[in-house]
Amino acid sequence: MTELMEVKIAIDEKIAVFDQPTSLVRRVHHFLHGQPTAAPLAVLLLAIIVFSIAVGDRFLHPFNLSLVLQQVTIIGILGIAQTLIILTAGIDLSVGAIMVLSSVVMGRLAVGHGLYPPLAFFLGLVVGAGAGAANGVLITRFKLPPFIATLGSWSIFWALNLWYSGSETIRSQDLNASAPFLKWTGNSLDFLGARLTLGSILMMVIFAVIWYSLNRTAWGRHVYATGDDPEAAELVGIATGRILLSVYILAGMICAIGAWVLIGRLGSITPIAGETANLDSITAVVIGGTSLFGGRGSIFGTLIGALIVGVFRNGLALSGVDVLWQEFTVGWLIIVAVAIDQWIRKVGS
Amino acid sequence: MSEQRQTPILQARGLVKRFGRVTALDDADFDLYPGEVLAVIGDNGAGKSTLIKALSGALDVSAGEIRLEGKPIRFSNPMEAREAGIETVYQNLAVCPALNIADNLFLGREIRRKGLLGKVFRMLDQQAMQQKARQKLTELGLLTIQNINQAVETLSGGQRQGVAVARAAAFGSRVVIMDEPTAALGVKESGRVLNLIRDVRDRGLPVVLISHNMPHVFEVADRIHIHRLGKRVAVIKPQTHSMSDAVAIMTGAMNPEKHPAGAYCTPA
Repeated sequence: MTELMEVKIAIDEKIAVFDQPTSLVRRVHHFLHGQPTAAPLAVLLLAIIVFSIAVGDRFLHPFNLSLVLQQVTIIGILGIAQTLIILTAGIDLSVGAIMVLSSVVMGRLAVGHGLYPPLAFFLGLVVGAGAGAANGVLITRFKLPPFIATLGSWSIFWALNLWYSGSETIRSQDLNASAPFLKWTGNSLDFLGARLTLGSILMMVIFAVIWYSLNRTAWGRHVYATGDDPEAAELVGIATGRILLSVYILAGMICAIGAWVLIGRLGSITPIAGETANLDSITAVVIGGTSLFGGRGSIFGTLIGALIVGVFRNGLALSGVDVLWQEFTVGWLIIVAVAIDQWIRKVGS
Repeated sequence: MSEQRQTPILQARGLVKRFGRVTALDDADFDLYPGEVLAVIGDNGAGKSTLIKALSGALDVSAGEIRLEGKPIRFSNPMEAREAGIETVYQNLAVCPALNIADNLFLGREIRRKGLLGKVFRMLDQQAMQQKARQKLTELGLLTIQNINQAVETLSGGQRQGVAVARAAAFGSRVVIMDEPTAALGVKESGRVLNLIRDVRDRGLPVVLISHNMPHVFEVADRIHIHRLGKRVAVIKPQTHSMSDAVAIMTGAMNPEKHPAGAYCTPA
């Protein structure tokens, strides 16, 4: 009966006192928990400061900074697709393969078959969406783990890409002759010494659109909920299967837009482009503070993550450091980012 | 006795549910009256979770009838029950830990902006949702104001329970069902949740409380529905029966119909 009495005593108190954290470590902990993009943003700013001191004006020159942006454009776009999927606690190893397959389809249809180039682009978009849908069906209908499903589809899309292209590159002059539209994203605007490609602008636009969808629509809330706790999401009436499918299809379409930007950047279409793009996109997402366990992270984190990698590579290269040390640094960034995420996720306990 | 003559807000007659050869519900009855806290107790495997799942739309029964305010109804999923005004607070709470309190309260039934922004751009009305969330939590004494955008995982177990109950109270227009709301909580937090259950009842929503904890049941329930071997064997009042009576009926050691104080016992 003592328990019963204690219950009666406790009832007089207010039900919830939301304590504010007190110690400095706890405050930092809570701040990072509320603002998952803060840590990557601090790293990016720090890197820019360090490199501008170490390398000097060459690094800070507008042309160099815009070059960094150009270099991260493809990974940034694939990173958007990857972020959507990782937010649902999935992973997509096939984003690079979908991009190259779509680019080859666009090129072959426009140059090989003489299709009206915007129509060829549209069909490439359809192929990207279809590839994403195939991944989505394997994961939602057949309940395959995303890692395995996309490991398989990666190989399949890659093989289809080699088959459809006949392992042949479509040269720049052929594109110029019959389908300059496909190279449109490679055009650039020059101002104040910086060179901004239309592809980079397109990347910014996709970031903005996906940010809006994730943060200002019910669909976005449902994507987070599905990744955070699928059972809870089901119980409140969210059709998690449909959310997952929509995410994979959208990711496939974003990869196809990435294909258009890839063609603009390379100037030609080659079936062996972007072989490491899938892993690089995961790197950008992870360094950007999005949790591999799903439900946590932000789309702009990924932009920052991609920029961090770009700034480190560029800054180290300008400092005359061997390429292998760029890889070494990026590796550490990944490990530190995941370690921080593990720490942040423990906030409740 | 007076409430017995009212129409039950939620009523079930002759529910049967079989899982293969196991009969989880064997001609089970159920009555919930307006303005009461009805506890449902029973041994493990007595079929009380199956009963609750049938009432909350989580599973379909093989036979029997469920009536809401006298009208026969049939739910094929929890959403339909929810639309009819029956809200369930699940044992695992069904909250998303990384989302904030306001997001969780409106998860699955978000409010969109009016006009073009909402229709074409599907924009959420975050202000309206935060305001309503704040209002609901304040009504239930759950809030110090600045924290509506706090992630649920930063809350204690009792506070999370509070969020789940607030959601049920905010949207439940007829019945709130709570499955083991104190199972994962310490003594102090349990007390707060029991208080919350009374608040919900006093605000006019009848509560169905499923619990294993006899002191909690006797503390807060107006009537106690005892489930045994797939059916209701008795309904008792805390004032007329002791905890040991309840346990005896639950385990079959006492036959409720032969008990002298069995005024509230309903024949099975």
